[in-house]
Amino acid sequence: MAGLELLSDQGYRLDGRKATELRKVQARMGVFAQADGSAYIEQGNTKALAVVYGPHEMRGSRSRTLHDRAVINCQYSMATFSTAERKRRPHGDRKSTEMSLHLKQTFEAAVMTQLYPRSQIDIYVKVLQADGGNYSVCVNAATLAVIDAGIPMRDYVCACTVGFVDETPLADLCFAEESGGGSSLALALLPRGGQIALLQMDARLHQDHLEALMEAAMTACKGVSKVLDEVVRQHLQEVSVLTGE
Amino acid sequence: MATVQLSEAEKVYVLHGIRDDLRVDGRSCEDYRHMEIETDVVSNTDGSAKVTLGHTAVLVGIKAEMGKPRPAQPAEGYLEFFVDCSANATPEFEGRGGEELGTELTNTLYRVFNNKRSVDLASLCISPGEHCWLLYVDVLLLQCDGNLYDGISIAIKAALFNTKLPKVLISEGEEGGTEIELSDDPYDSVRLSVDNVPCIVTLCKVGPRHVVDATLQEKACSVASLIMAVTPAGTCTCMRKVGGGSLDPESFFEMTEAGRRVGRALHGPLMALLSQEEALGQKRQKVGFLG
Repeated sequence: MAGLELLSDQGYRLDGRKATELRKVQARMGVFAQADGSAYIEQGNTKALAVVYGPHEMRGSRSRTLHDRAVINCQYSMATFSTAERKRRPHGDRKSTEMSLHLKQTFEAAVMTQLYPRSQIDIYVKVLQADGGNYSVCVNAATLAVIDAGIPMRDYVCACTVGFVDETPLADLCFAEESGGGSSLALALLPRGGQIALLQMDARLHQDHLEALMEAAMTACKGVSKVLDEVVRQHLQEVSVLTGE
Repeated sequence: MATVQLSEAEKVYVLHGIRDDLRVDGRSCEDYRHMEIETDVVSNTDGSAKVTLGHTAVLVGIKAEMGKPRPAQPAEGYLEFFVDCSANATPEFEGRGGEELGTELTNTLYRVFNNKRSVDLASLCISPGEHCWLLYVDVLLLQCDGNLYDGISIAIKAALFNTKLPKVLISEGEEGGTEIELSDDPYDSVRLSVDNVPCIVTLCKVGPRHVVDATLQEKACSVASLIMAVTPAGTCTCMRKVGGGSLDPESFFEMTEAGRRVGRALHGPLMALLSQEEALGQKRQKVGFLG
């Protein structure tokens, strides 16, 4: 991939953003009536839906029950038409299974599971349109859905994917930047305390750059958290007007 | 939720309402619920549509790929269907839980749509015997609140209406073979004709009468239902009885009559709505799931 210039000399990226700029984030909570919590998020051209069921009694095998906290059950799937090339199956492949596991770990760190012993919380996310940063967008969507379901969390979980090109960290990668080579780092952060819920880095990076990259990722996550907070407040305001409180 | 459980008293209430042509939500027996349609919601696809019918929500994406025509029909393209019953709709669909329902829906869709009387398959042919368009029609179930067949078929019709295939130029290659060239201009595209594309009407037999667009509660009271694919002209292209109970021949004829009547009435407003949306062009504000 020699042809694509990911960062121009003037400091602009392929889609015209600056290095630290996020894509436009739009979100809505309470999309579906039947689920306990649901949310939809658009981050640039990446679009994802998240649905939360629970906390409820354990379904299926009871052997997974934890006597002191709730089990978090996640499923990550992608719509077959979400990618440029059609996917054969929406979930069950290795990539999706890995993503499900990552989501589970992320939300185990954030949700106050000890409040619901012997129960289960289901988080299902679906990518409707994929354009880079799928994991991060799904985490952000799932956070909103968990909040919509009224399940207590320690803090918002905000995630962002950052990359490293020409000695510069790039925030919130789009698909072209993600696939253009170079290392990328996905970070899920509990922004208030600055705690890391999940960290994953692909490809190699010189240790000296790690700090700068982490710093950029944290700033980006905090930016996302501001947007999410605004969405939640807006939603609550609308709901409280509707219920007349 | 894919199914609900009702007590005897609730069932009696629903049944008596339907007997008097006044259903629980105030509709009469041949009324649909509120329906919302939006096309062109997923930009990665060649055509897409989102339909909500009551609480039922369906998203359909169509992707076109170039392929080889089937040997039996060398001058026709074809359609491939896939229904994804996602866990978003109900936790029962998690993992492989939705596969059974998905396969059932997929097979019905093949019968209804994949023939040249429903879709103009000849227009999908590029060069006979060598190249054709094959359309992957992927249905995503986001929420189930009864009447899946109707919702899905309407979404498919809307998505087919929205599908834009790039223009293809066939020229003689330098070494004798044919060369295929796709147009680069996204506005230089061909549309599919949806004049004969049917919509499915599901008639649920509840007590002595039958209703269209049954909710989950009404479905729980019904013994069996009849699904009919009806074209705008009123021709029935596919018919299937689903459900565990049995239908007597007399009510069966009544139901087919009602199905044709409802089906014909459904196409008019649907097409009017789609062309109205189309006419807005670039000015249209896309709502998607944000509205």
